[in-house]
Amino acid sequence: MNLTSAQTREAAKATAKASRSGDHLVVAVLRRVLFYTLLSLVAAFFALPLLWLVFTPFDRHPGLSVKLPDFTLDSFRLLQQNPYALTSLKNSVLIAGATMLMVVVFAALAAYALSRVRIPGRDALLYSLLLLSSIVTGTAAMVPIFLLMFQINLIDSRTGVSLVLAGGLLPAAIFILKDFMDATPRSYEESARVFGASPLQVLRHVVLPIARPGLATVAVWAMVNAWGDFLVAFILLRDPEKSPAGVVMYTFYTEGGQANLPLISAFSLLYATPVVALYLFVSRRYGFRFYGGIKS
Amino acid sequence: MRARSALPRADAGLTDAAGLGHARATAFVVPALLLVGAFLVFPAMWTLYLGLTDYRLTGIAAAHPQFVGLSNYATAFGDPQFRNSRWLTILFVLGSAIIGQTCMGFGIAWSVRSVPRLVRGVVETLVLLAWILPSSVVAYLWIAYLGRGDGTLNTILQTQGTDWLLAHPMLSIIVFNTWRGAAFSMLLFSAALNAVPPSQLETARLSGASTLQQLRDVVFPHIRGHILTNTLLISLWTFNDFSPYLLTAGGPNHASETLPVYIYNSALNAGQLGYGSAISLIMLVVNLVIALFYLRLLKERRT
Amino acid sequence: MRLARFAVVATIAALSLSAAACGSSGSGSSDPSRGADAKEVSLTIAANAVGGGKNDQEARWVTEYVIPTFTKAMKAKGVTATVKFQPSGVDDEKYKAKLSLDLKTRSGADVVALDGIWVGEFAQAGYIQPLDQVVGPTVAQWEGWSQIPKPVQANASFGGKAYGLPTGTDGRVLYYNKKLFARAGLPAEWAPKSWADILEAGRALKKLPGVAPLQINAGTAMGEATAMQGALPLLAGTGAQIYADGTWQGNTQQVRDVLTFYRDIYSAGLGEPAFQQAAKGRDESFAAFAAGKVGVLLEGDYFWRSVINPKGGVNPMTNRNADVGYAMIPAQKPGSGIRGQDFVSMSGGSGYFLNPNTKFPAQAWELLTFMSSPDALKALLNGEARITARTDVNKQVLGGDPLLSLISAKVLPLTAYRPGEGVYPQVSAALQQATADIVSGKSAAEAGAAYQKAVEKAVGAGKVSAS
Repeated sequence: MNLTSAQTREAAKATAKASRSGDHLVVAVLRRVLFYTLLSLVAAFFALPLLWLVFTPFDRHPGLSVKLPDFTLDSFRLLQQNPYALTSLKNSVLIAGATMLMVVVFAALAAYALSRVRIPGRDALLYSLLLLSSIVTGTAAMVPIFLLMFQINLIDSRTGVSLVLAGGLLPAAIFILKDFMDATPRSYEESARVFGASPLQVLRHVVLPIARPGLATVAVWAMVNAWGDFLVAFILLRDPEKSPAGVVMYTFYTEGGQANLPLISAFSLLYATPVVALYLFVSRRYGFRFYGGIKS
Repeated sequence: MRARSALPRADAGLTDAAGLGHARATAFVVPALLLVGAFLVFPAMWTLYLGLTDYRLTGIAAAHPQFVGLSNYATAFGDPQFRNSRWLTILFVLGSAIIGQTCMGFGIAWSVRSVPRLVRGVVETLVLLAWILPSSVVAYLWIAYLGRGDGTLNTILQTQGTDWLLAHPMLSIIVFNTWRGAAFSMLLFSAALNAVPPSQLETARLSGASTLQQLRDVVFPHIRGHILTNTLLISLWTFNDFSPYLLTAGGPNHASETLPVYIYNSALNAGQLGYGSAISLIMLVVNLVIALFYLRLLKERRT
Repeated sequence: MRLARFAVVATIAALSLSAAACGSSGSGSSDPSRGADAKEVSLTIAANAVGGGKNDQEARWVTEYVIPTFTKAMKAKGVTATVKFQPSGVDDEKYKAKLSLDLKTRSGADVVALDGIWVGEFAQAGYIQPLDQVVGPTVAQWEGWSQIPKPVQANASFGGKAYGLPTGTDGRVLYYNKKLFARAGLPAEWAPKSWADILEAGRALKKLPGVAPLQINAGTAMGEATAMQGALPLLAGTGAQIYADGTWQGNTQQVRDVLTFYRDIYSAGLGEPAFQQAAKGRDESFAAFAAGKVGVLLEGDYFWRSVINPKGGVNPMTNRNADVGYAMIPAQKPGSGIRGQDFVSMSGGSGYFLNPNTKFPAQAWELLTFMSSPDALKALLNGEARITARTDVNKQVLGGDPLLSLISAKVLPLTAYRPGEGVYPQVSAALQQATADIVSGKSAAEAGAAYQKAVEKAVGAGKVSAS
């Protein structure tokens, strides 16, 4: 059958389009491959240094380099015999948990207030607090903190440790949360007000759900910082039964200052687990996922 | 429901939509202020005061600290090692925080939005592990990684004999700190990106915008504030970060001695809290300059 | 908001005033008769040891021997004693900081463990006081004084007065790998008599591939280990002490001699610079020695006991006793060491001290002397050979270990201790920096000049000797 010229033109256009989308398909596949390659490289960048931690806890003769292990679970057995290792993890949960709660609650309240109400000197106050928080993590600040805690009788108290840690973390937490609070739309709050909600209810039911990703970030960040703390807990606590994991980690050395690698590597694995678990839990439940509108 | 795209405004505080009022606002702020006042402001002020004395933790100066005025500062500014440390710290912050962590964190946060859940979980866990592990352990990880003879990197790149930490100390600690801290930027940007209305992204994509254009026109306006917040925070934290000491001890021969390591080596190790505090104040002033710089940037962007 | 800010400022002011008023340190009031006839006594012991971690043996000794035995002994006298242990087990500097804070606020444990070198600064800060002031004249009657050599006693004293009881001490020697020596044609029983002998051995060892001939610590990365296992024994070998008669060693001929020796080692490739510059260089040098890659290493008996010990060492060497030899550290030339000695060494050690604010000084002294009694010290050692402060115990426990017997018998009499001056760490840092300069290529003259400036800055120009 002879095709008319119009049909030929149509057919030609269709073929051209087909080959163009074929090209598009190839390009799209190539782009995807490139994307995954890059992602794998990034994953490798983060994973490679971690190899030591994968092999060493299970090695009979751990050393300073990565090598295939002479498999044994002795390091973990040693850890179990250690009188303070497991209780320290419990203490870390208590201290870091309390710090995280205080930081999230107080920072959310303060960030909301500072974000909504115009208070003179607000920005200056926040920035100066932020700057001061960088001083307070040093050894020099330990002297006044210790003297203060001694005066109010909070030496050798896990609550005292949480209070000090929370105080140091709050400025940055408020800073982070204020951004999230600023970005929530006023229209929802106005509507809620119209329906007679009190400010606290507005905060709880309207603003917080929207700022949830920010709260999750601050929660994880506060927990990681409190979990990793050594100096405050060390200076303020006396009873070894109250020592958190961050302090106990530093005791796995010999008298000459050399590391007890079996204990350190095994303990690090245990040490990292609760925080990773927390992150996965927070991420799944409170989600860094939010698709507009209010999630109830 | 469609969220109205509310761009954050510097004067957003004027809209007290929930009718808080000054009294309640103050009440909301007080718990935080109390904790901060007692455990942050008070010790920080005391520390700054210490900078004007020759206070030490032990020795005669512990029993009878003398007020020495600005002589600690004179000593610091006169010490060539201090100038060296200042410069190295700026390099360190620029390389690992402003460039390294921000780009890496944002890149990962953006990329994992479009991968399967499992891949996302694995990548995020790896990044997070780097951040969570205690510094003492991380030091061992990197010494094993960058080791001279049988370090992992040398084995992979077949460059046995290269002692990265001794031959390229600054590069090593910059890469190390990027690895260490990217997780925070990733967290923050993940949260920020998820507040970008997907409808707008859809619209942009359907109308044929390339990824770059999507980023520029849709994403960045929403997360502008977050970028600056993140950069300011991680700059401040990196400035005061002590972990390079664990990898290089400030060496070889002061080649990677950032300010926190300098303070430790020259002051705190000998218990000279007065001198150490003075340098902390100098660092605070530099941090203040950085913060002011960001503040200007933020104000400009918002007008 | 103004109100809130006002409140904050007021809180700060109030707290500062109260803390300033109560935070000032100064000598606590010690009253030897306090709590003398108490029937219920509570005491606490603090040490930088923790069960399962650092100094685990010491921690277990306190909790499993000292406390039960002492409590029983007290019970027999009709006194109910509650003794607790406060472990730490961290880096020495951090332990020192924690202890300083406790003592500054006049709280803390009754019996505290201190490193001998801290005694001076703690005494000057008023944190500790002489034993006879805290306890009274009964101190002089303790039987142990005659068993502790005078230099070792001096390690727990300041200004001629004893502040506590030393527990143990140590000594430094030159370790060498006999197998490497055999391959290099050096004698199996090596006994260097001068620095030249050491350099000669180094040159012979250099012929072996992949071996670092000499490891004498240098650089700043190792901290005090550079001073104790490097610069200070060498300095003692030139006849000079780092601090004598109120003056510190500056850029003297002796210091330059030490730096020249370092120069001879590192410029001729007789040492491995990487060990001196890496953050964990000391650990790496130990691992290398255990792997047979280092010829000669200057270290304390800690190395023998806890590093290359085939039983539980960090880098165990299965044939340590056969493969590793040791020699006393020679002076620069025979007779050029301090006190005209042919051989030198450096020692350190810690002890137990009394908190002047203890509520039960007499009982705390009893506890202290109990912990330093022969039986208690033997319990601390738990069958292991270690050098204690008492010669009667040493005679009994060191018989089986040739190195420790050597140190106890021959090295301790000619050893030196570091000055217990508060400013010593800064002088040490200057000395470490001088060696670091040498490793990075500077000349002895340059390094010496920089060292002089650093020491003057630390102690004041008038107190430094130079030539």
